[in-house]
Amino acid sequence: MSSEVARHLQKKENTRSLAMSGHVGFESLPDQLVNRSIQQGFCFNILCVGETGIGKSTLIDTLFNTNFEDHESSHFYPHVRLKAQTYELQESNVRLKLTIVNTVGFGDQINKEESYQPIVDYIDAQFEAYLQEELKIKRSLFNYHDSRIHVCLYFISPTGHSLKTLDLLTMKSLDSKVNIIPVIAKADAISKTELQKFKIKLMSELVSNGVQIYQFPTDDETIAKINASMNGHLPFAVVGSMDEVKVGNKMVKARQYPWGIVQVENENHCDFVKLREMLICTNMEDLRDETHTRHYELYRRRKLEEMGLTDMGPESKPLSLQETYEAKRHEFYGERQRKEEEMKQLFVQRVKEKEAVLKEAERELQAKFEHLKRVHQEEKLRLEEKRRLLEEEIIAFSKKKATSEIYQNQPFMTPGGNVRKDKDRKNSSFM
Amino acid sequence: MDPLRQSPSPSSSRASSPRTLPCEMLGYVGIEAVLDQLKIKAMKMGFEFNIMVVGQSGLGKSTMVNTLFKSKMCKSTMPGLGVPTPQTLQLQSVTHVIEESGVKLKLTVTDTPGFGDQINNDKCWDPILGYISEQYEKYLQEEILITRQRHIPDTRVHCCVYFVPPTGHCLRPLDIEFLQRLCRTVNVVPVIARADSLTIEEREAFRHRIQENLKTHGIEVYPQKCFDEDINDKILNSKIRERIPFAVVGADREHIVNGRCVLGRKTKWGIIEVENMAHCEFPLLRDLLIRSHLQDLKDITHNVHYENYRIFRLNESHVLPRGPGWVNLAPAPASIPAPAGPQASPRPPKVCWWAKDNSDEEC
Repeated sequence: MSSEVARHLQKKENTRSLAMSGHVGFESLPDQLVNRSIQQGFCFNILCVGETGIGKSTLIDTLFNTNFEDHESSHFYPHVRLKAQTYELQESNVRLKLTIVNTVGFGDQINKEESYQPIVDYIDAQFEAYLQEELKIKRSLFNYHDSRIHVCLYFISPTGHSLKTLDLLTMKSLDSKVNIIPVIAKADAISKTELQKFKIKLMSELVSNGVQIYQFPTDDETIAKINASMNGHLPFAVVGSMDEVKVGNKMVKARQYPWGIVQVENENHCDFVKLREMLICTNMEDLRDETHTRHYELYRRRKLEEMGLTDMGPESKPLSLQETYEAKRHEFYGERQRKEEEMKQLFVQRVKEKEAVLKEAERELQAKFEHLKRVHQEEKLRLEEKRRLLEEEIIAFSKKKATSEIYQNQPFMTPGGNVRKDKDRKNSSFM
Repeated sequence: MDPLRQSPSPSSSRASSPRTLPCEMLGYVGIEAVLDQLKIKAMKMGFEFNIMVVGQSGLGKSTMVNTLFKSKMCKSTMPGLGVPTPQTLQLQSVTHVIEESGVKLKLTVTDTPGFGDQINNDKCWDPILGYISEQYEKYLQEEILITRQRHIPDTRVHCCVYFVPPTGHCLRPLDIEFLQRLCRTVNVVPVIARADSLTIEEREAFRHRIQENLKTHGIEVYPQKCFDEDINDKILNSKIRERIPFAVVGADREHIVNGRCVLGRKTKWGIIEVENMAHCEFPLLRDLLIRSHLQDLKDITHNVHYENYRIFRLNESHVLPRGPGWVNLAPAPASIPAPAGPQASPRPPKVCWWAKDNSDEEC
């Protein structure tokens, strides 16, 4: 196999392969890689989607053989919430940072329309966080805690009939964002024959609705066979339990009923061992790889295209990101210039208008002033005229008075004298 | 917003070490099988390694590469055969795919004939620095595409082996200039070439003087002290640092010594065995480069040198980020100056490298 790949590599890149005449020692390369990974530690994030009480927490406890969390969730949440909890596990020299994300309140509401949106938003938020970190100038990707969801375990209730509409809708909205592995929960409620029919029904429904669930990879020959056979057993019917029951002469994890004991790790009773095999022992790395190279890249591409960037220019020449940015910047700059010009024009116009108005007002004021002045002048002239007339009258009257006094001095004490005296008095007071 | 309707915000899950609870597992789960998965994936994909050899002509660079990888990688030039020395520095890259026990390695060797051969060697390091920056640039361009390839081909130089001529005195000004500039952009491993012309005492004295020179001029060669992560690394690496630069001899002919077939140089006074620790330190170099630190070389190149280059490129674009999503790159300048070229004193390495320094807790 490796020589095939080597040949393929050569064909692609015209590189020559060389035979070595002795032992060089780079066969330790995979070990060096593994050592580095051990030093860094591993990170795995599981999202569990399913109704409340379907056995999500118990199954996770059983999978990782430990007691993660104690309390049961309530059924009365008004919205679907996601709760994430991170645990550090260690097995021999492998450190695993495991994050379990649980959907709280899924399927509990009366109106379930908004049930799957929080889940989609959460997954997108993790991708977004990673994208932001990747686009930073000063970034530290190698010690970034990767919170992207690597696998989604979708719990189907064991009705025995078919998929619920909510399940279908949720899986359809998640299948392009995360690797989905559907499991039939509480599988001890279904009999064996019913289980077969149920599985076939489920798979055909998924296929006919175009839901892409995760297929275990079959391209590597060491695990191809087992993966292919496991693909046929999907969805896994699982039973979870951390209680131990004595069977034969050893304690096994099982659920005890009055009519018998369901052993969790017995392959005849349920598919739990298969799930653990597939999820952890065989394909953990592939799940992480798929998340990073397929789902994350899809998200990134969509997000960057949304921001208006493309790889191809207008003449469909390949444009690099930087050219796109430059073009956009140029565009925005031109737009800004244009807007500035417009505003300037508007301002100048307004100033002109205002000036005209003010000038008009000034002119009016001036005209009024002139008019008032004229009126005033006329008034003054008239008054002058009047005064002149009055003065003439007074002169005429005093002349008369003088002549009449002369007449009065001759005839002494005429009866008109008192009148004249009175007239004098009147005249003096008048003067 | 309804207080109950909260999905965990990205900022809380972006913390590099969230609140984690250590848990005890009550039995075997099978997590360690992930190591095998890693191995299988790595073997399928194959490995890449790019090495550059720098030194004056006649120091045995091509022979050394052939000895390292036990094959005819480069044509070693023999003097007097009428091959003219190049007038200017030209870089030649040769790529081969070699395989051992199922592990495929795509090896690229970049040779630099003409380095330091002219009368005026001023700025002879510029083509080399330009080549290294070009490889970083290629990788950066691939990385910022919208539709990226699944696996970006890695042509960045992971290691530069610098051949110091065996004068026996100290580092020459050309060596010091070059090493100063190079140690900031790539991992440099200096070696004393043609060490068979020095006796063991002369070698030790030469080595000490070179180490002192490196310290005086602030040149940090691989393995760099600031990247030692834990006490084991420190112990291992300080042992290596004591012996740097290695005194090496290269040979690609085999001779019979004591009934065994060994690689060596035959002279009138004896056969110098290349793989004999008493004769030369070639095994140390080989172990460092290939058997123990190859992955580490690649990691430091990717996490430190490439990131530094990226920061440098993104910062010189003069457009302020409109939020963390906006990355504006001005077109690459015609000749990218070496990051420390115009400055008189070398930029303190700690400033840019603290990103890795602060990552004390790895998980």
